[in-house]
Amino acid sequence: MSRHDTSDLIFRRTLAVFPISILILVAGILFQLVYSSLPSLSKFGLGFLLNSTWDPVAENFGALPFIFGTCVTSFVALLLAVPIGVGVAIYLAEYAPPQVARVVSLLVDLLAAIPSVIYGLWGIFVLVPYMRNTLQPFLGKYFGFLPFFQGPNYGVGILAASIMLAIIIIPFIISVSREVILAVPQVYKESAYALGATRWEAMSNIVLSHGKVGILGAVILALGRAIGEVMAVTMIIGNNVVITPSLFSPGYTLASVIANEFAEADSNLYLSALIEIGLVLFLVSIIVNILARILIWSVTKGNSAEGVR
Amino acid sequence: MKEMIQKAFDRTRLQREIWDKTMVAVLFLCALGVLFILFNILWHLIVEGISSLNFDFFIHLPKAVGEKGGGMANAIWGTLILLVLAVCVGVPIGLGTGVYLSEYAHYRFAYVVRFMTDVMNGIPSIVFGIFAYTVCVLPMKTFSALSGGFALGLMMIPMITRTSEQFVKMVPGQLREAGLALGIPQWRVILDVILPSAIGGIMTGVMVALARVAGETAPLLFTAFGNRYFSHSLTQPIAALPLQVFDYAISPFDDWHRQAWAGAVVLIVMVFLINIWAQYFVSSRKRWSTGK
Repeated sequence: MSRHDTSDLIFRRTLAVFPISILILVAGILFQLVYSSLPSLSKFGLGFLLNSTWDPVAENFGALPFIFGTCVTSFVALLLAVPIGVGVAIYLAEYAPPQVARVVSLLVDLLAAIPSVIYGLWGIFVLVPYMRNTLQPFLGKYFGFLPFFQGPNYGVGILAASIMLAIIIIPFIISVSREVILAVPQVYKESAYALGATRWEAMSNIVLSHGKVGILGAVILALGRAIGEVMAVTMIIGNNVVITPSLFSPGYTLASVIANEFAEADSNLYLSALIEIGLVLFLVSIIVNILARILIWSVTKGNSAEGVR
Repeated sequence: MKEMIQKAFDRTRLQREIWDKTMVAVLFLCALGVLFILFNILWHLIVEGISSLNFDFFIHLPKAVGEKGGGMANAIWGTLILLVLAVCVGVPIGLGTGVYLSEYAHYRFAYVVRFMTDVMNGIPSIVFGIFAYTVCVLPMKTFSALSGGFALGLMMIPMITRTSEQFVKMVPGQLREAGLALGIPQWRVILDVILPSAIGGIMTGVMVALARVAGETAPLLFTAFGNRYFSHSLTQPIAALPLQVFDYAISPFDDWHRQAWAGAVVLIVMVFLINIWAQYFVSSRKRWSTGK
């Protein structure tokens, strides 16, 4: 018996190396990011986040234009993606015939599996010409009095990147909100029907108000995806360090400046400024993810959060 | 609630029915819009990609900058190498953690580890690239296949951990007890009884994780870096299909755009095939559990 105990103990200790290595890894990533951005941290301090200059030649670095770009693109993307995504989720969960719902969910999963570089390719050759020739002239003509739709029309820019992001996060919003909606007890809906509610009344008043916390979780999770999305945005946002209200203007995001400039950063300070941007990205996405998971967990009792990549 | 009832009283039944039907129509249009985008992407991939695909694409190296013709044989090869390296990093850590969490872990420790894998899952891919750059590229003083595979492997860990924990937990308790009752030590039960039973599900998890990292570009930008030639050395920069698609897509040459579409088709077919292969393991696991 004791021979078993020893061999078991050895096996158990050996196996414990793996989970501990995960803890070390996460801590190591944080440590490396902080350590490698020390030159920039010590030179610019917190002002890094509020400085709007990004001048590699003069070695004056500030992340504000990128923070601005990430905020604007994510916000516009959510504005577009949330109503559509939740709408499709409601349609799939409530209205669509079961076979249709199954096929559509499968196709939505397909949409989620497309690599982001392919979204970017499609963005360059299909979305951007469409923006340049159709959508942006239209917006400029009829809504040009708004500051968002003024300025030269390049096709590439903040609006194109926002629409791209919306397309990328819609599948996540659909699949998580669908699970949240399906998790609402059937009895609630049935009692609403019994009171003479139409399906939409039952949906909007009962199901959505019951599931709103979970859907909020889905939205925040999608926000995390949008903030961390690199390739598709980098390929069509135009890469221009600027802070402007115009959505037509080319811009830059936190993730895309790293993707574009990291390999060509020639000085130590330049590199550490880019790594500090990575640190900002890391911290923001951790906060966003923790928030989203708490919300989703509180609704589905931990069953579904793992269905989300 | 009160407002809802008040609203319902204010309208006639017909008005409410019309409103209901309108909303259904709007929701239906949303679904149609999403499907339209998907089919638009696939349509362009098929039209632009398949017409540019030819045999040369699979067996030739890229031609000199601006020259017509050539292929991406080196990139396909490089992606395969990177995926093998990623599996070497991701599978042992992911699987080991999954088994430990399900079989041994104290609940508080398990909670912490699960939380950390969730955190890892949310880290943007480019941050893994930076991490691999600081721990592999800087000390080795060169971009390399190793660092690229390392970055991709790290991204696989959270997904593999979750699925393997789940599937190991699903193995019926009787199997475990039967093994222990025979006097077999627990670690032999885990290795000889539980893992073989859960292997289908675990393989599915691995394949799904692999499909996800196969299309990743961002972590490779400054780790694997890309290479215009075949590379068989793990300590040299290596080409990868997503990287090459990216480079060609943002280039100014028409012929390179054509090849970017072709590369995209190959990449997406690869991703979909791995996903379908993953489903095969799930179904074989189901056969096992219904067959008992």
